Amino acid sequence: MDPIALTPPPRPAVSQALTVSQLARLIRETVRANPVLGRILVRGEVSNLQAAPAGHRFFTLKDSGAQIDCILFREDAELLGFELEDGMDMVVSGDVDLFPRKGNVELVVRAATPAGVGAFWAAYQRTRKKLAAEGLFDLARKRSLPSFPRRIGVVTSEIGAVVHDIVTILRRRYPMAHVIVAPALVQGPGAPASLRRALAAVADRVDVVIVARGGGSLEDLWCFNDEGLARAVATCRVPVVSAIGHETDVTIVDFVADVRAATPSAAAELLSPDSVELSARVNDAGRLLAEEIREILAVSRARVKGLGERMSPRGLRRSVEANRARLQQIREALTDFGPREILRHRERLGTVGRRLDLLSPLATLQRGYAIAEREDGHVVAHAAEVDVGEALAVRFQDGRIHVHVNEEAT
Amino acid sequence: MTEEPTFEESLKLLEEKVELLSRGDLPLDRALAVFEEGLALFRRCHAILSDTEQRVTKLVAAAEGLTEEPFAVE
Repeated sequence: MDPIALTPPPRPAVSQALTVSQLARLIRETVRANPVLGRILVRGEVSNLQAAPAGHRFFTLKDSGAQIDCILFREDAELLGFELEDGMDMVVSGDVDLFPRKGNVELVVRAATPAGVGAFWAAYQRTRKKLAAEGLFDLARKRSLPSFPRRIGVVTSEIGAVVHDIVTILRRRYPMAHVIVAPALVQGPGAPASLRRALAAVADRVDVVIVARGGGSLEDLWCFNDEGLARAVATCRVPVVSAIGHETDVTIVDFVADVRAATPSAAAELLSPDSVELSARVNDAGRLLAEEIREILAVSRARVKGLGERMSPRGLRRSVEANRARLQQIREALTDFGPREILRHRERLGTVGRRLDLLSPLATLQRGYAIAEREDGHVVAHAAEVDVGEALAVRFQDGRIHVHVNEEAT
Repeated sequence: MTEEPTFEESLKLLEEKVELLSRGDLPLDRALAVFEEGLALFRRCHAILSDTEQRVTKLVAAAEGLTEEPFAVE
């Protein structure tokens, strides 16, 4: 034994002694003042996990050579996204502190993520089973996507390629949509809460939301396995399309989303009706519109043919002029789309405009023609239908007159 | 304030006008009016298809709550 140890320690002077509380406070202040011990990351195995009635979690984090007490307060536990269990290999972040009442140093855990593929997989499976059991993945609760979304929300990182990829597709296929980017952290301990905030903020403003992230490691994508985020996606007031990581990555959020897209670009395509198809639909409708009106005018002409010659043209000039002007406006409307239109549209419009020229029989028709009707509104098409003494109405553009038939047709 | 009809609504209305005309039971005056309404819708759809430039904005937290500001995408 070292002889020096035989020297008795100095006798403590009572006046210099600290109280236990003072010592505890001193240690606490020292620990708190040391920047190395704040916002620290520690990896270890969870053991002796206990849930306090107030919702806090107490556990020990250990490795083969040491252990340290940990506390996870309720509000942080709720943000964790999964339940801690004994035996889990975790990386926790938090601050070292001393609790005077017990006198031991503890790690106050703020966030935790599974460490290593095995732990990730186990936590993932637990959350997945839990939500599946609640029916959150059921096909029956998946909503269909709007066919013409007016506004599209994009919850993602504002840096990186995701927004670019989505907007590139939409510009080509569906430029009439307004894209609202809701920036969020897409990795790290703060990501689940950040993603939830962004989703909640944008959901009120859009018809559909894309939740997206580019490819990354299992750890990078972990926030999309967060239970709270998954529930927020499931209860979002508008449909959600997920596009997270690469096609082979399937996160919990992908399971609860209404539609899962392989990539952000694919999500954009899912939401965009092709504007070329839309052009075709518009032009078809325009063509049919012109065809129908031509048909109607042709029928009208046929109805009055033969009767018109017996009608007096007097008094009609004013209404004829008015209707001529109206038709002229229609014709100009159809032919004056102007040079701003792209060629395809112009060609289509040319077709419609030419068809409109077929409307011109109406102008002729109205120059002194009118329609004879019975009292019930039935059109009289043939003179032979009419008996002497019968009352008829003759309809002009500006009103009707009532007539009596005096003579048989000759 | 009511919002302008969307492209979707305009296109649907246009197709309804065509449908209405194709039934062939409208008085001539009414048919012409329907045609003119359809024409206006047709022009509107065309204008939207040809002229729309994509709007991209970003949500930002401001003192008075959330606002949107333009978001530049390369």
